[in-house]
Amino acid sequence: MVESKDNVTRRQLLRNGCCGGCLTGLGVLGGLLAAKSTPGDTVWQIDPYTCISCGNCETYCVLEKSAVKCVQVYELCGYCDYCPGFHEPGAAALDTGAENELCPTGAIKRKFVEEPYFDYTIDESLCIGCAKCVKGCAAFGNGSLFLQVRHDRCLNCNECSIAAACPSGAFKRVPADKPYLFKKVENA
Amino acid sequence: MRRFAHTIIATAVLLNLCAAASAELLFPPPEFESDYVMPNTTTPHPHQDVYEYVDVAVLFIALSLASYLVLKRRSRRATFVLMVSSLIYFGFWRKGCVCPIGAIQNVTLSVFDNTYAVPIAVLLFFLLPLVFTLFFGRVFCAAVCPLGAIQDIVLVRPLSVPYWFASGLRLIAYLYLALAVLFAATGSAFLICRYDPFVAFFRFSGNVSILIIGVCFLLVGLFVGRPYCRFFCPYGVILRQLSRFSKWRVTITPDECIQCRLCEDSCPFGAIRSPAVEWPAVEYAKAKRRIAFLIILLPVLIALCGWAGSRIENVTSRMHSTVRLAERIYLEEAGEFTDTTDPGTAFRATGETIESLYQRASVIRNKFILGGWLLGAFMGFVIAVKLAAVSVWRKRADYEADRAGCIACGRCFKYCPQEHLRLSKIKEGVR
Repeated sequence: MVESKDNVTRRQLLRNGCCGGCLTGLGVLGGLLAAKSTPGDTVWQIDPYTCISCGNCETYCVLEKSAVKCVQVYELCGYCDYCPGFHEPGAAALDTGAENELCPTGAIKRKFVEEPYFDYTIDESLCIGCAKCVKGCAAFGNGSLFLQVRHDRCLNCNECSIAAACPSGAFKRVPADKPYLFKKVENA
Repeated sequence: MRRFAHTIIATAVLLNLCAAASAELLFPPPEFESDYVMPNTTTPHPHQDVYEYVDVAVLFIALSLASYLVLKRRSRRATFVLMVSSLIYFGFWRKGCVCPIGAIQNVTLSVFDNTYAVPIAVLLFFLLPLVFTLFFGRVFCAAVCPLGAIQDIVLVRPLSVPYWFASGLRLIAYLYLALAVLFAATGSAFLICRYDPFVAFFRFSGNVSILIIGVCFLLVGLFVGRPYCRFFCPYGVILRQLSRFSKWRVTITPDECIQCRLCEDSCPFGAIRSPAVEWPAVEYAKAKRRIAFLIILLPVLIALCGWAGSRIENVTSRMHSTVRLAERIYLEEAGEFTDTTDPGTAFRATGETIESLYQRASVIRNKFILGGWLLGAFMGFVIAVKLAAVSVWRKRADYEADRAGCIACGRCFKYCPQEHLRLSKIKEGVR
């Protein structure tokens, strides 16, 4: 353990060598990963065909009011008078009386279009993403109501807490330029 | 005939309400006679999209600025201002996501999972601070990391933690890193994000238990400098090692140390090493024996810890949802439970056979066994090196900032009388 001028330069040499080695290593790692990386960011989205409408989306989001909301794809909607996504099963009357509505916050707005059709629209400021309507619509309707992560609200956490709690693995990372997974008419 | 068969199949599928997703529409969309226009479902754009490259640019500028302020300008005040600005931008404005610490997991997942490609912005978030550390030391910790910043501003009365104790506690950070890599590599969970103690503050909402952990960290942080950074941060572990080789680094004074000892207690992170001129003869002989012993012990320690790591597989593998599901289904099949869980319901609806689920789970468990060996071996190696470090003696003539431990905050600058002399000289020079 004799310290000399020579020893110091040897240490420096070793240090510089390690520094160069680390830089090269990082360069190689970065290069390899960049080769398979995506230019754009990814965001979280729900695959509506895998979702089992368990209700976790309402409670597991880090936001106080979940970023997951129900969406209505009108092309798929049957515009029924009795809507299994809107009405309580065995509702006493097919109207907008609160006791007949499935939605706990009254977020689905029912509007008469023409005989015998009604239009159902989601008021997103009221929707809490509980999936009660989704369940009804998927079981007895066309499935035009389903849950989606709304990106005006989503913080895009690196690990989505709802994804971690999702029982069916319906949460996916999707490219940010195609951030929605809507149901399609052809494979509805 | 074929058409008839098709009709039968279509009807059968239609009748199966559960499989409605793969069937035609139960209620065909109406053809309206009135002038009703079908509304379009809105698709609000992710705001992430706009910011991702802005974030990378801000990170680069902040790191460059931090390097300049710490190494060239040598100003604690300016560094502090930059640190607070970073806290506001990366923390409160960008909600602390994505950060280089969490990016470890994205990079790991991308290495091990072929279906996951890490976004360029996230990759740059991971690499930029590492490259800067190799050139300038831990300037990222000093003034850019929002997690470090939030702890740094609450530090009011720093107590010194004994070196051996701090070094022992740091094992947590190594274990945390190893576990985070294990869980990310197996695609189980992003541990670092899940237990990020401060992100709940940045978002003003979040899980209550995490919020409590965060408050505890800040309370401890009143008296112990940056507890998360020093004893938990997995990224800090990597930065520590890289900063050992950094090309430039923080010096207490760029001039000659006059050994006045004034800086001795100035570092709240215990990163200032006092001069060590001569090792006592008795100690030297002892240390030599200890090193020899440790060299023999190293492979034993690695093997032992590796074995222990592989044995905890039945605990660690439960982090993976497939393993949890397979276990639950196994118990349900064995009649332990009469009800089922949401994952169970979802699994049974897919129509996958139970055997194939067990198969998938066992593949994942094997990955955890291998990962456990590697994790244990890594920890064994770390422990052995830490023990060896106690016995290694390095000559030091002056008071110096420890290459690995120094986070380049610049607190010690003002304690040095040489620094005041230097500054006054510069002032005169200007006049």
